[in-house]
Amino acid sequence: MSSESTGTFPVKRGLAEMMKGGVIMDVVNPEQAKVAEDAGAVAVMALERVPADIRVDGGVARMSDPEMIDGIQAVCSIPVMAKVRIGHFVEAQIIQSLGVDFIDESEVLTPADEAYHIDKMAFDVPFVCGATNLGEALRRISEGAAMIRSKGEAGTGNVVEAVRHLRSILGDVKRITQADEAELFGWAKDLQAPLPLVQEIAQTGKLPVPLFCAGGLATPADAALAMQLGADAVFVGSGIFKSDDPSPRAKAIVEATTHYQDADILAKVSRGLGAPMTGIGMDEINVKYAERGW
Amino acid sequence: MNRSAESPGPVVGVLALQGAFSTHLDRLASLNVKARPVTQPEHLKGVDALILPGGESTTMSMLLDTSGLREPLGDLFVDGMPVFGTCAGMILCASNVLDGRPDQRGFDLVDVTVRRNGYGRQLDSFETDLNVAGLASPFHAVFIRAPRVEHVGAAVDILATHDGVPVLVRDGTCTVAAFHPELTHDTRLHELFVAQLNGN
Repeated sequence: MSSESTGTFPVKRGLAEMMKGGVIMDVVNPEQAKVAEDAGAVAVMALERVPADIRVDGGVARMSDPEMIDGIQAVCSIPVMAKVRIGHFVEAQIIQSLGVDFIDESEVLTPADEAYHIDKMAFDVPFVCGATNLGEALRRISEGAAMIRSKGEAGTGNVVEAVRHLRSILGDVKRITQADEAELFGWAKDLQAPLPLVQEIAQTGKLPVPLFCAGGLATPADAALAMQLGADAVFVGSGIFKSDDPSPRAKAIVEATTHYQDADILAKVSRGLGAPMTGIGMDEINVKYAERGW
Repeated sequence: MNRSAESPGPVVGVLALQGAFSTHLDRLASLNVKARPVTQPEHLKGVDALILPGGESTTMSMLLDTSGLREPLGDLFVDGMPVFGTCAGMILCASNVLDGRPDQRGFDLVDVTVRRNGYGRQLDSFETDLNVAGLASPFHAVFIRAPRVEHVGAAVDILATHDGVPVLVRDGTCTVAAFHPELTHDTRLHELFVAQLNGN
């Protein structure tokens, strides 16, 4: 009776379930990782540059140096995530061999393949992928993603795209629950998504995996907005360590994500946090990361 | 959150600061058990039992302090409120935690020593069948970065083991699991917990 299976879909999805109601924070070194864990993060995303800096620097953005990821794993007791380029399955093999807990196949890095995303079923480590709409989300799930994050627009400190993508995904989920059996075929065709996943949504009223929100969240109010719109948890990238005073802001965002429905608590934790990251408008950016991936 | 006082049957609170609380609420709903999420002290009024779900124990420990729930919960537990803790919930109930954070504090309800992430990282997470005392057929269990029980006190009942290591134990009115009964649709462990309440 001791036969056990690792790397199965329930085991992958299970870790995503455990992160619900939490905040996953981008960190670029062990010191930031400690700040994140001390502030109550449920996981850290280890990367070499936060998206705001990738935007400024330009060039090709790749997976992080394994040594840098080792350094963060050494100081963290919470799960560690790391990003790989879209379609770059060898970066994913390397990251998995480091014992990272979750891989983000991320549009924030420069895509490596213009036709195919990674076959995520082939890995034991769970994957999270970005999506701007329900069709994209379901295609990633059919490739094996155990978590979806609405893409938003990373590195902007502007929540408008995150709201657009979250509303788009959850709006279509709601509409599918109103559809009859025959209409589900049309939904699958229009979404370019597998019919069984569309049928599952019609039955459960939910995405088949947890839906997190990412891309532009910078304040406790932003995190609570994502949660009230129906996200299961939030990613905060540049928003914490590009602000004036990261530690109290990180803690405030954690509290806001838990108590997202209580305006009194949101007001309390929003006080005196110093300046958030400056942020940029959508008409000021040259590259929309959200348009990467298909 | 107002529950009519005359409605019969126990009310189960599920600590909802972070983690897999909604799946616990789904399981209880499927059993027609009255349940509610608990994020603030006032949510405890009228609650007869509590589930501490899986999630990140360090995050929950911090939020127990900031939410003001730690003291009132501790008082209820001392008074004997039945508790079911799963994974991170097991860590919060354990008398002794290894590899935790220095500032991480629990409720000391079960006389066990557990090692946080004692089975390893996510790549070592697994699912398996368990023989559980009181259940006629095996229970399929999902272990996610699970705590590993390293020592069990003499008064603690061991209800299930995996490879000789206790994974489901009971100490008085508190039951703790290293795995996640809420992640499968098998509600038998939730039923046993609720039956314990009705028996009182």
